[in-house]
Amino acid sequence: MIKVIDLHKSFGDLEVLKGVTTNIAKQEVVCVIGPSGSGKSTFLRCLNLLEEPTSGEIFIDGISLMEHRKNINKLRQRMGMVFQQFNLFPHMTVMDNITLGPIKLKKMPKEQAEEKAMELLRKVGLPDKSNEYPSRLSGGQKQRVAIARALAMDPEIMLFDEPTSALDPEMVGEVLNVMKQLAEEGMTMVVVTHEMGFAREVADRILFMDDGVIAEEGTPEQIFSNPKKERTKSFLSKVL
Amino acid sequence: MESFFKLLSDAIYYNLIREQRYMLFVNGLGISLQLTFFAAILGVIIGLIVALIKLTNIKFLNRIASLYVDVIRGTPAVVQLVLIYYAILGSSNLPKIAVASIAFGINSGAYVSELIRAGILAVDKGQMEAARSLGFSYASSMRYIIIPQAIKNILPALANEFIVLLKETAIAGYIALDDLTRAGNIVRGRTFDAYTPFILVAIIYLYITTILTWLMNNMERRMRQSD
Repeated sequence: MIKVIDLHKSFGDLEVLKGVTTNIAKQEVVCVIGPSGSGKSTFLRCLNLLEEPTSGEIFIDGISLMEHRKNINKLRQRMGMVFQQFNLFPHMTVMDNITLGPIKLKKMPKEQAEEKAMELLRKVGLPDKSNEYPSRLSGGQKQRVAIARALAMDPEIMLFDEPTSALDPEMVGEVLNVMKQLAEEGMTMVVVTHEMGFAREVADRILFMDDGVIAEEGTPEQIFSNPKKERTKSFLSKVL
Repeated sequence: MESFFKLLSDAIYYNLIREQRYMLFVNGLGISLQLTFFAAILGVIIGLIVALIKLTNIKFLNRIASLYVDVIRGTPAVVQLVLIYYAILGSSNLPKIAVASIAFGINSGAYVSELIRAGILAVDKGQMEAARSLGFSYASSMRYIIIPQAIKNILPALANEFIVLLKETAIAGYIALDDLTRAGNIVRGRTFDAYTPFILVAIIYLYITTILTWLMNNMERRMRQSD
């Protein structure tokens, strides 16, 4: 589904990604872990070209992103993204946040979009918040709305950029539960996270990134119980 | 006491009643308001376009936009008005008030563009990323997500700009437009009394700017309902 070949990304003189190659299969849940500054988020943001790679190739279902930059808006509709800082639109109600994309981009009739939004709100456990503005929601609620907003576009892939890092501890669970449910339904997911428990339980595969490369990858079992590389061991000993 | 009332009633008679001089003030106010209104609309349109150009990376257009802002901000409005009137639009058949509206609009646009630019830059950059990640183009992200939020940042400063603009139109007399200030001047010329007409003019300006301030405060409050 997603194929990444020798991806490089530099910000000025700073080389953040130094050749990342991986394949992500349909319905696979991949968690990306690693120390801060290792390039996890940059890698994720390259997947929908929020960051322009310096070199390398990314294929979505065989379509080269780099060659189809002009169609990037269409391609992005196939990939939902959830941000650390939620990035809900503060001037719109929860309902409008969720329906804006389907109405404007997919030309869905308003009633149909709202019906769908209510369905998604029920799914993330917030059916009673549809007329609230984001400022009235807690962090966990905001993030669940952000997930619903991304899902409203019917994406084939969901990208999560540290979705629980900005949350108070007691709200992490509610967001992870929604993500877990999504994984169980067969969504293809790439999750940059510091939640090792979630990664271990939900991921099909773990990518451990360090210093701009995938230092080690494998099943959660392999990575958490039997890390081969010294770097992986030392990182896990600090976070577990 | 009696002589004070005599003075006051004389002042009112000579400055307002005689020869229906109050009509000079009424018509002058009309001209000032029209100028402000049309210049404000034009200024916001120009300002928005220039601000958007400055936010893109098209070098050539960028340089023109910067030059425009620098020239307008670096020269007196009176000079711009007179130059535009005589040199650029004086040869056309446009009515004087249209020429002045254009001149004031071009002037205001430079200041408004900087307000809009700052207001757009103040919107969290995560908003643009969220919009783009949903599949919105740069232009639609601006239209649906960024600009509506920027307006809230811009509005107070824009209200101030309209008030400045209203007062700025007081120089319209330089191209012989009979605006409110010039009406005061004409009456002063007839009555040789500088205080009465100009105190009246000042009160009228103050009254209008107070209304503008009140209107904008109201609108701001209504826009803040999502906070």
